[in-house]
Amino acid sequence: MEVKNANSAMLSNYEVFKLLTDLKEQRKDSGKTKHAAGHQNLNTIMYETLKYLSKTPCSRQSPEIVKEFLTTMMPHKLTKAEKLQLLNHRPQTAVEIQLMVEESEERLSEEQIEDLIETVAGILPGDPEQENPASADADMDEGTKET
Amino acid sequence: MFVLVEMVDTVRIPPWDFHKQLNEAIAEELNKKLANKVVYNVGLCICLYDVTKLDDSYIFPGDGAAHTKVHFRYVVFHPFLDEILTGKIKYCSQEGVHVTMGFFDDILIPPESLQQPAKFDEAEQVWLWEYETDEGAHDLYMDQGEEIRFRVTDEVFVDTSPTGPTAAQSDAPAQAGQSTAPPPPPPPPPPEEGEKKEAPYTLIGTICEPGLGLLSWWNS
Repeated sequence: MEVKNANSAMLSNYEVFKLLTDLKEQRKDSGKTKHAAGHQNLNTIMYETLKYLSKTPCSRQSPEIVKEFLTTMMPHKLTKAEKLQLLNHRPQTAVEIQLMVEESEERLSEEQIEDLIETVAGILPGDPEQENPASADADMDEGTKET
Repeated sequence: MFVLVEMVDTVRIPPWDFHKQLNEAIAEELNKKLANKVVYNVGLCICLYDVTKLDDSYIFPGDGAAHTKVHFRYVVFHPFLDEILTGKIKYCSQEGVHVTMGFFDDILIPPESLQQPAKFDEAEQVWLWEYETDEGAHDLYMDQGEEIRFRVTDEVFVDTSPTGPTAAQSDAPAQAGQSTAPPPPPPPPPPEEGEKKEAPYTLIGTICEPGLGLLSWWNS
């Protein structure tokens, strides 16, 4: 076996999630082959990876959302790796953005960081469970912290 | 987190699989061979992405199977340096905090890369961060099962291919005289109790930055 190119392209979590979900559907239809001894590894890795990815923001994305996100990101002049991390993690705070964007203090003003947070929150769908009770809790927490 | 790797390999389709479509038989063989396996210096293979080129199939004398050279792309888990990842704490030990992502287990955050000052609680076998504020010191425990965000600082690939018999004989160094006659098979070094298998691919991480560490530390 020969590796021609160990880094031919980067894949977003959404692409891998879609690929695995389609593969799972395909294998479900084929019936008994997936239980054969040789397939155990594929089954395990598919199951675990899908389990992990379904808890990340990528499970709620679609090709249109990804395209819209990348077009909106163009003026910010971020590197491919930075945009990929923002797409995969959907950061909600300035601290998270600073982690993913290198030298963010020099390259982005506070306004731009706020802008990024809003774009990310607006275009990439968030976790519906997290967002509704969270707004109520945040008010409660702020009250207790100030005392 | 995931990359596409272009590879070339010769796939053997045995005669009893000739009724299958060639593409499907090849996809199945490739997945059987590579899924959930680590390729040295490449990463953890997840599943086949697509087949880019199929050369002609040949049948060799003595073997009824068809051999096809296949150019294909495979989805591989290979985070780049400084990438931010999220995982769950598997357990803590003196070596550091062991993190798992479900499909990939061998992630270690060594003690020096924890939020400082850090202490290891022997009784509960857990690392904790002695966080100081104006109100006093809080001990933030890194419990099992907690979600943790970390940055990848290093990766270690170990070649775990089987070694030859010479490895066992290296225990009898200065015995040049016996080299012609096959030496009485040296007793194989007794495998230590719980002989450790080296992980073929390990990630080293850090949480020594604002925003890294347990998610609960940073979510207001």
